[in-house]
Amino acid sequence: MAESEIATKALEFNGIGMVFPDGTEALNNVSFTVDRGEFVTVVGPSGCGKSTLLKIASGLLENTSGSVSVDRERIGYVFQDATLLHWRTVLRNVELFGELHDIPKAERRKLALEAIELVGLSGFENHYPKSLSGGMKMRASLARTLTLRPPVFLFDEPFGAVDEITREHLNEETQQLFQREGFAGLFITHSISEAVFMSTRVLVMSNRPGRIVAEFDVPFEYPRSPDLRFDPEFARLSGEVSHALRGSH
Amino acid sequence: MTTESHDAKEEPGALPDDAPPIAYRLKSRPRELAEIILPPFVVGIGFIALWYLISYGLLEEGRRFLLHPPHEVWQVGFADWDNFSEILESLWSSTKVAMTGLVISIILGFFLATIMSQAKMLERGIFPFMVMLQAIPILAIVPLISFWFGTGQNSRILVCIIISLFPIIVNTLFGLQSAEKGTHDLFTLHGASRMTRLRKLMFPAAMPAIFAGLRISAGLSVIGAIVGDFFFGKGKPGIGQQLKQYAAQLQGEELLAAVIMSSALGVSVFLLFGWIQTLAIGRWHDSGSAGS
Repeated sequence: MAESEIATKALEFNGIGMVFPDGTEALNNVSFTVDRGEFVTVVGPSGCGKSTLLKIASGLLENTSGSVSVDRERIGYVFQDATLLHWRTVLRNVELFGELHDIPKAERRKLALEAIELVGLSGFENHYPKSLSGGMKMRASLARTLTLRPPVFLFDEPFGAVDEITREHLNEETQQLFQREGFAGLFITHSISEAVFMSTRVLVMSNRPGRIVAEFDVPFEYPRSPDLRFDPEFARLSGEVSHALRGSH
Repeated sequence: MTTESHDAKEEPGALPDDAPPIAYRLKSRPRELAEIILPPFVVGIGFIALWYLISYGLLEEGRRFLLHPPHEVWQVGFADWDNFSEILESLWSSTKVAMTGLVISIILGFFLATIMSQAKMLERGIFPFMVMLQAIPILAIVPLISFWFGTGQNSRILVCIIISLFPIIVNTLFGLQSAEKGTHDLFTLHGASRMTRLRKLMFPAAMPAIFAGLRISAGLSVIGAIVGDFFFGKGKPGIGQQLKQYAAQLQGEELLAAVIMSSALGVSVFLLFGWIQTLAIGRWHDSGSAGS
C-alpha cells in the first residue's frame, strides 16, 4: 500500500461481517473506504444493519469477521437521538466531551462557544434541553461533537426525527460544516434525497444481512443550494439510487 | 385559553422558556390560589364537623372522654403551654432520632445502591436480602433489638434505619440504572472511567428517583422513630412514650394533640424534602416543581 494512500484513508472497512449472539446475521462482507474530504452516505431499508456498521466503526460493537481501520481517538459520532444530558445546560452539554478528554476548562469553554455559534444556537447557551425543540436538540448534539474537531464524523440517521423543513436546514448546515471542517463523513439515512444532497458518494445497502449492492458518485459542486433538489440531474441520480434500493430487497 | 396553550406547545423552538408553561401563567393568580386552597379547606371543615357530630351526637356525656371535641383538644393540648411544651419536647427528641436514622439510611442506602449498580452479580447477591429486611414486620424484630442493643437511643435509631432504608436503596438503584443507553454509549466512546461515568452520568440521572425515595423514607423515618420510641423507654422519652403515657392516663386531649403533632412532623419532613428537591433539580426536571 502506497504511503499517500494511507494518509488519505480515514476509515476503512475490510470484509466486515457481524453475527449477533442470537444468530442474526447483520452484516455480510462489507468493504469500503472513506477518504479525508469525502462524505459517504449509506442508504438502505430499515433494519439492514446500517447503524451496526457505525457501532463497529466506533468500537461500540466488535465485528465478528473482517477488520476496520480508523483512528478512534477523536472519532465524532452523532446518534439518532440527541442524547443530551437533561441536567446540563446547552453550554455544559457541549462542553462534555472536552471534560471527558481532559481539555482544560478555559479551552473547552472556548471550543464549546465556537461550536454553539457554528450550529446557530447562540443565545441558548443557558437553556436546559427540556426547553429546546427537536431540531435545536440535534444542533446541540452536533455542536457537542464538533468541539472535538473530529477527523472522522459518523452520523446515525441524526435528522430522522425532525420535521421536513428543519431537516432541510440541518442538511444544508451539515454540508457547510463538512466543507469548513474537511472531515471524512459517514452518514446513515433512509432518505434518498438527503443522501444525494449531502454526499460525494452514495452506497446502497441490501436487506439483512447488509451488503453494499450499489455505489454512486455524486458529481455536484459544493456548496450545494437547496434548489439543487429540483435539478433534473439530481432527480435522475435519485431515481437510480431508488432503483438500486428497490432491487436490493 | 386552551387554544393558546396549544399553540405554545406546537412550536417549542420559539419558546425559550425557563418560566412555567403558558397554560399556568394564563390563569389569574387569585383564582389559581383559590383552586389550590379551597378543596382541602372544605374537606377540613367537613372533617371537624364530623368530629363534633361524633363527640356531641354519638357519645353520651359520660363517654365523651373517648373523643373530646376539637376545641377542648385545642384548649388542653395546644393552648396550655405546660402540656404543649411537653409534647414539643418529646417530639423534638423523636425528630432527632428520626433524622439521625435517616442520615444513616441515606449513607448506607447510597453506598449499597452504588455498589449494586456496578455489577449485576452484586445486585443479585444483595437485593434479595434487602427485600427480606424490608419484609420483616417491625414488631417482630423489636424484642430482638431490645435483647441485643437494649432499650436506649441506639435501638430507636436502628428501628428508623430498618424502616427507612429500603425505599432509598430501591429508588437510588433504579435511578442509577435509568440513564439512557445512548448516553452510556457516549461515555464509552470517549473512554470515561467508572468513576467519571458514575459522577457525571449515573448520579445526576438518578437525582429525580433519589428524591422520590428520600421523600418516602423521610416520612418513614418519623414513623420509625415514633414506633421505636413506643417500645424502647430508656433514655430521653420521645413522642411514642408520651403517647403511651397519655393513653394510660386517659388524657384524651393531650393524646389527640400529640397524634396531630406527630402527623405534622411527618408532613413537614415530606415538604422539606420536596422543597430541597425543587431547589436541587427543579430547573431541569419537571416533577421538581410539581412537588408537595
